[in-house]
Amino acid sequence: MKVLLSWLQEFAPVDGDPADIGDQLSALGLAVESMSVVGEGLDGIVVARVLEVGPHPDADRIQLVQVDVGDGEALQICCGAFNMSVGDLVPLATLGTVMPDGMEIARRKMRGEWSNGMLCSPTEIAMGDDHDGILLLDGSLEVGRPLAEAMGLASDVLFDLEVNPNRPDAMSVAGVARDLAACQGMPFTLPSPNVAESGIDAAERLSVEILDPVLCGRFVARVLDGITIGSSPAWMANRLTSLGMRPINSVVDVSNYVMLELGQPSHTYDLDMVAGSTFRVRRALPGESLVTLDGVERTLTEADGVVADVDDTAIGIAGVMGGASTEIHDGTSSVALEMAWWDPMSIATSARRLGLRSEASARFEKGADPEVADLAMRRFAELLGEAGASLAPGAVDVRGDTPVRESIRVRTDRVNRILGTDLSRDRIAELLGSIEFANHVVDGDLDVVVPSFRPDSATEIDVIEEVARIHGYGTIERTTPRSTITGSLTQRQLDRRTVRTAMIGMGLDEVMPIPFLAPGDLARAGLKVDGITVTNPLVAEESVMRASLRPGLLATLAYNASHRMSGLGIFEVGHVYRQPDQPQLLPDEREYLAVALAGRDATDAVGVWSALADALAARDYTLVADDPAGLHPTRTARIDVAGVVVGHVGEVDPGVLAAFDVPERVAWLEVDLETLLGLPHGEKPYGSVSRYPSSDIDLAFEVDDDVPAAEVEQRLRGAAGDLLVDLSLFDVFRGAPVGEGRRSLAFTLRFQADDRTLTDSEVSQVREACVDAVEGNLPANLRA
Amino acid sequence: MELDLEKHLAEAAASIEDAADLDALSEVDTALLGKKSAVTAAKRGLGDLEPDQRREMGGRLNEARATIEGLVASRRTELEATARVVRLEAERMDLTEADRGRRLGHRHVVTQTWDRLEDLFVGMGYTVAEGPEIEDEWHNFGALNFPLGHPARDMYDTLYVDYGEPQSTLLRTHTSPVQIRVMEAGEPPFYSIMPGRVFRSDTADATHMPVFHQLEALVVDRDITFGDLAGTLEAFTTAYFGEGFTTRLRPSYFPFTEPSAEFDVQRPDGSWLELGGCGMVHPEVLRAGGLDPEEWSGFAFGFGLDRLALMRHGIDDLRELFRNDHRFLSQF
Repeated sequence: MKVLLSWLQEFAPVDGDPADIGDQLSALGLAVESMSVVGEGLDGIVVARVLEVGPHPDADRIQLVQVDVGDGEALQICCGAFNMSVGDLVPLATLGTVMPDGMEIARRKMRGEWSNGMLCSPTEIAMGDDHDGILLLDGSLEVGRPLAEAMGLASDVLFDLEVNPNRPDAMSVAGVARDLAACQGMPFTLPSPNVAESGIDAAERLSVEILDPVLCGRFVARVLDGITIGSSPAWMANRLTSLGMRPINSVVDVSNYVMLELGQPSHTYDLDMVAGSTFRVRRALPGESLVTLDGVERTLTEADGVVADVDDTAIGIAGVMGGASTEIHDGTSSVALEMAWWDPMSIATSARRLGLRSEASARFEKGADPEVADLAMRRFAELLGEAGASLAPGAVDVRGDTPVRESIRVRTDRVNRILGTDLSRDRIAELLGSIEFANHVVDGDLDVVVPSFRPDSATEIDVIEEVARIHGYGTIERTTPRSTITGSLTQRQLDRRTVRTAMIGMGLDEVMPIPFLAPGDLARAGLKVDGITVTNPLVAEESVMRASLRPGLLATLAYNASHRMSGLGIFEVGHVYRQPDQPQLLPDEREYLAVALAGRDATDAVGVWSALADALAARDYTLVADDPAGLHPTRTARIDVAGVVVGHVGEVDPGVLAAFDVPERVAWLEVDLETLLGLPHGEKPYGSVSRYPSSDIDLAFEVDDDVPAAEVEQRLRGAAGDLLVDLSLFDVFRGAPVGEGRRSLAFTLRFQADDRTLTDSEVSQVREACVDAVEGNLPANLRA
Repeated sequence: MELDLEKHLAEAAASIEDAADLDALSEVDTALLGKKSAVTAAKRGLGDLEPDQRREMGGRLNEARATIEGLVASRRTELEATARVVRLEAERMDLTEADRGRRLGHRHVVTQTWDRLEDLFVGMGYTVAEGPEIEDEWHNFGALNFPLGHPARDMYDTLYVDYGEPQSTLLRTHTSPVQIRVMEAGEPPFYSIMPGRVFRSDTADATHMPVFHQLEALVVDRDITFGDLAGTLEAFTTAYFGEGFTTRLRPSYFPFTEPSAEFDVQRPDGSWLELGGCGMVHPEVLRAGGLDPEEWSGFAFGFGLDRLALMRHGIDDLRELFRNDHRFLSQF
């Protein structure tokens, strides 16, 4: 909502430095998005008439415009805008003019053609937001006169305010003025239009029926006679322009002016064209259609409301747009003026469905003031009276349902307990009174009646907010409560940090791809799951929620590889979303870790896993050869922890890599953190360190290729028993003299007892047991 | 056999001096003082002498032995020093050759900001709560005092998912549903923050992403006031941004808080930054969380986490956070 300071001052003697007023408006919750001084810096800008428009011989983006600046001579201007035609009046910055941005206009050649000034766009002279074309002036202005003088522009301050959806009252100049006056402690007065009434009473000339009282809370109709459609006076056109509305004609402009000023939209009908002079307000019938003011035929549904005539033919869409059949025109003698209160939800639905959101529908949607119509009608007639229109006496005023305004008990103690203030009952009453919240004392408290223009305020807490707002948020004393609990992270949150710390410790960079996928991404990653789809995606590429972190990481590797960054090691910790196995309220959403090591093989991925298992002290895990979809079928293992599958480690299937344009081998690890962190892990019981010497033995076995090293290790552990304190695989060797299809696996075992030094015979006994366990159970022999 | 001690000592000194390295010195040492050495042989022959002579000769032999031992030891010290110099020289390294820029990985800049904020609030006595990213309509809107069809729902460009009844399940538009989950799961008092990923139907540009992160705080206790909210925000701002940063609250509108406010941070240079929204928890929200608003009161505030990350590092485009370009990620 834009407001001019001069317009606010018509309601209250508010004053001050514009910057201070801006701060006050912000402190009232009417955030100032921008503030500008208008009507200044126009010295040297004159009204010019376009005489001729022609192409520049040497430039496509510039045209040559001949203008008359009042002396009848043609003056050549080079201009980069193409929106004007011969006869238009335009603002010309004459030679020597210093523009608001400091640029001085001089005579200069543009591609070989002289330009004797500059034609101005609305932004260049602070008269609007449009900077694409030259400002086209009202045709009645006097050519050659200084623009400010010709248009009657005075210096003014324009505030552009951000109005929250709960403040429909502030979508009017009067509403903003009311708040500002309360803030400044100034009296606020609404205008009291002085309109002479003449002619036949409206009640005898039209009738109104509300068939759907929910849709229409109030419908007021009056009659205006003797309207001539012309152009508005300059002051009105200037104000409308400043507030961002284009002047159209005297009737439309008055309608917009009253809406901006008082917040009440209106609609005008050519009364003679309304069959039976009857207005029947009802829901549209499914499939019913009418041609709206813009000449478009629109098919309606029950979601829309209509105003129909005596034949029940729709002549307008309620609160959204009027019909073409009753539009006023030059020959119109009597106008029916409608000011209504429409159900916000109905208008919101209808305007959105029809794609016809307007300044008017925005006000109805947020909740207009059902009681302002009488004043707004008279204001309308007063403004149009200048053009010769006269208001017929009487109004047809029919009511449906409007929000009930009950008195609200506002407890002084409650106000202070919520705000942390020490306001007296009377001070609260005073604050509320300043914004027309009527109240009376009930013991120590107040009974408050909220004014009709504040539909948002309906409960005690709503009123408390108003007290705080007018008292000033900034004046409330700041206190900091001491937390009455102990701050901490949960074990799960600490574990997540451990996971990340382990990953970065291994030199891996954390990435954060967005969790949206394109249809087919999961299949491309070799995954046989259906992601949960987005009902209303912005683009198809972002229409599926990821069921795996794999597509995101592969796309990240592909992106970086295409920018000559190869060999990356990356990881992500994030949620994946899947259809649950059992019906449940929400999808199966779980946190995963995924690691991708470009240019490296499964060995490195296993290394990352074992380091992670160490970091989390995840015990008793086993790797079991596996070929899940999308991973390398002969280089992947399932990770079992305590017998539960927690993920996979290995490499990505080469076919999947090709599908994602990843040019390198990719080692892969994915871990379901939800499952892993739910299993026993973390601190282990302390084991004392033996003070006796240990003995090491090395055992190398020749083992068939299809026997996992883990199986040999398991046999060794089983045979070694309690004396074993450490076991590691230190060498793997293939090739002569080891037989074809076999490899040598060399282990180091360390033995130690807690209570004695082991004897040579004890050690050799255990060694023998280890060798027997492997040779006796597996296709393996000890190497000499 | 008579040993000419004078001569022997002179020869011994020469051979010790001639020993070129420690191995040679060992050999010389053995030759001069070992079992087969002349000194040892002479000592063995002492028994054949008269007691007087024996005493005198014995004394001279001991002296000679001590002299040789001294010479060997001093030569050993010399040779050891030389050997050390030779070894050290042989081991000389150019450490600038060794510096191959080995690196740790890097936490994502959003994670770094997230962790920093968590630590700060844990220090202020808060816990950290989490909730699902795909939410039900009740937690995201209904419980937060957005009745069905409420126009304020339009403030959020909501993305729905095809799950359950139409429009029953959505990508949470804010972290506020976690407020309800916290109230459902425990008993007050609550001092919690809720960092998390949120979604809006926004086309990506320098300041918008369809996916971004927020941090929400919820405090519910007895007699929590709007003054407490303002004071807590001020304390947080000073702790996070530093001394010289202050806050202001401006009236605003959110269905789930009342009174509601925007909170702005003023930088030491006087400029303002609009940071987030806040307010007193609306009585209807407390009720939805199973609490009696006459007994408990609270405040909530929330802001964009990504923006803090951008600000801290002077990044001017939100999209960079999600592009995952290694040249970007490796800077933080």
